[in-house]
Amino acid sequence: MELLLALPVLLPLGGAGITLLMRHYARIQLWMAILTLVAIFTVALILGYHVTQEGVLVLQIGNWTPQLGIVLVADRLTALMLVVSNFVTLSVLIYSSAQTVSENSARTPVAIYHPTYLGLVAGVSMAFLAGDLFNLYVGFELLLAASYVLLTLGGSASRIRAATTYVIVSLLSSVVFLAGVAAVYAATGTVNLAELAVRLDGLDSGTRMVLELVLLVAFAIKAAIFPLSAWLPDSYPTAPAPVTAVFAGLLTKVGIYAILRLETLLFPASQISNLLLAAAALSLIIGILGAVAQVDLKRVLSFTLVSHMGYMLFGIGMSSQLGMAATIFYVAHHITVQSTLFLAAGLIEHRGGTTNLIRLGGLAKLAPLIAILFFVPAMNLAGIPPFSGFIGKVGLIEAGVEYSTTAGWILIGASVVTSLLTLYAIAKIWNRAFWQEPGQEMFDNERPTPKVMSGATAAMIAFSLVLTVAAGPIMTYADEAAQSVLERTPYVGAVLDDEAAGDLVYRIDEEGQKVEER
Amino acid sequence: MHVSLALLLTAGVLIACGVYLFLERTLTRIVLGFVMLGNGVNLLFIIAAGPLGTPPFEGSDDPDSMTDPLPFAMVLTAIVISLGVTALVTALAYRAWQLFGHDEVPDDVEDRRVLRRSRRRTEDSEQLPWSQALTEEIRRGALMHSQGFTPAEEDDELGSDLSSAEDVPPDHTEADEGEPGPERRRRRPRTAPGRGERDSHAADAPGAGPATEIDQEHAEGEEET
Repeated sequence: MELLLALPVLLPLGGAGITLLMRHYARIQLWMAILTLVAIFTVALILGYHVTQEGVLVLQIGNWTPQLGIVLVADRLTALMLVVSNFVTLSVLIYSSAQTVSENSARTPVAIYHPTYLGLVAGVSMAFLAGDLFNLYVGFELLLAASYVLLTLGGSASRIRAATTYVIVSLLSSVVFLAGVAAVYAATGTVNLAELAVRLDGLDSGTRMVLELVLLVAFAIKAAIFPLSAWLPDSYPTAPAPVTAVFAGLLTKVGIYAILRLETLLFPASQISNLLLAAAALSLIIGILGAVAQVDLKRVLSFTLVSHMGYMLFGIGMSSQLGMAATIFYVAHHITVQSTLFLAAGLIEHRGGTTNLIRLGGLAKLAPLIAILFFVPAMNLAGIPPFSGFIGKVGLIEAGVEYSTTAGWILIGASVVTSLLTLYAIAKIWNRAFWQEPGQEMFDNERPTPKVMSGATAAMIAFSLVLTVAAGPIMTYADEAAQSVLERTPYVGAVLDDEAAGDLVYRIDEEGQKVEER
Repeated sequence: MHVSLALLLTAGVLIACGVYLFLERTLTRIVLGFVMLGNGVNLLFIIAAGPLGTPPFEGSDDPDSMTDPLPFAMVLTAIVISLGVTALVTALAYRAWQLFGHDEVPDDVEDRRVLRRSRRRTEDSEQLPWSQALTEEIRRGALMHSQGFTPAEEDDELGSDLSSAEDVPPDHTEADEGEPGPERRRRRPRTAPGRGERDSHAADAPGAGPATEIDQEHAEGEEET
């Protein structure tokens, strides 16, 4: 059973190798990649079922002791992330298959697209499953290296320009992360997350804070939290639509996932929670103001992405059980909806020939299907009831009310304002792209939307609707995940043993306060 | 813990030099900075391994006197990763040189747009002294000219990828966008809408020898001059 844990990493790596060998047969490559992703999605579903039955699953690779070897760990949070992220990668791959066919761009080196894409999937799965800090680093590097290649596909001037900034910022964050790992090892003598949880509890608070801040900076760059987010809106919009969709949906969420683990498992309810809340508020407000000012569809969406990272950080900063559960739900919702929006933006670009909102127009009449495919996720992002975005935001605001500190109330205000401004930005896109009087260019560019592309987008919307309809069970699941994350003992107990779990000094109670147990 | 001062100082110097180079604007220097930074951080791992001991082979010695092998395993992994990434960034720098004639890291598109907008507002009101009037672009153009490259066309090559509000007739709902000046009408004619123009440079494959599109442009430019 535990062996299944290795599959989400091994399958895409193997698939990447095979697709690279099959580089002259585009069709085999495509089907190989799709089959691999379907297999991983199935594995993720099975894992999800088993973690609800048996609790935390642990695989010790090569039967080394957990302190020395590589450990893969899956708890409820990991399983949820895997299911959602693999559904998104699968849909986006299907979407992109039609795009390369339809544009008939022989120039694009499609031969390396599928292997790199699978490498990215392997990196994302590895980051979610990693049971030690260094393995997390390797997972990050794997997905970043793949993302560098995907961002520079074709090597055109605009992509090289965008990728330069992206690569440099990512390199810096990797170096900071690596320095953090070295510092953690020097302080504790281990990189295993469970062992770290035990040993870090015993360090004095100054050392703890330094270690925490170094790692937080590294993760926050990846998650594009406000003062460290300037790279994102500049680099994402130039990539092909499916690539941007995957990046927007997954890469930042891997960063948020790492911050979540950092703030609960390693440094429970630490003294920097106010810093997190401040960063969350600034991300929310400044990100959305950036979105309002833009005239390019993809740039608007990139800025809303930066802005909405603030919601997730809000829940992590409060670290109460309700806040954490709402965050987990919100991450699942946001991965789906943000990717869907970028896919819809790709459809608009395909039909209109541009993503400039001033040149687009009349799409509501010219392409009613695209209008629907854009409208539903857009309303979902803005948090209009009854969609899942509304449910997640209500959860976060409710948690903020329970938290009931000044910082909590400020954050609630920022959340509501951001939600309204998101609606404004979305309405602006809608007015310009769908209702504005179409130019001659729009009629000249008449061409049908490939069914596969709209089908994949529709599948993503259906998934987000499932998140809405099944919000009750999923919220319960997220609540259990949050509870186990906050207690810390299930994770440590599963990886090491119950005796080690007894050595944990701190625990987070339901109100998000740190409780000393010994 | 026993820490070697020499290692610590070396790591410090490497990281300091790395950070300095990282702040440069050309990609090649940034690569060098990254390599130094990475090596400095790798030394931190070796410091974290503690005092040196005997080789860690099972049964060869008392485990307490052996070196801790784990940090070295991590350093090896980190070295391999930074090797791959360095290769990629070097390729990126080469491609940037192929396309733009330099490998400077460009400004953020948004920053550039804001700057242009503010310049447009101030340029009527006051005349700058000549020393300040020399912009970075003009100086770089002079440098390129002296090295045998013709200066790039006045159009902002790098900014043209993101469709801004400026390549279309002004929209009157955007109060902030003033009347476009005559010089900004000088956009290249659109060959095809959207992606066609944007990817016009992708046609020349990386490293495709002398007959790349850029070189042809240069040749044409020289004929004109």
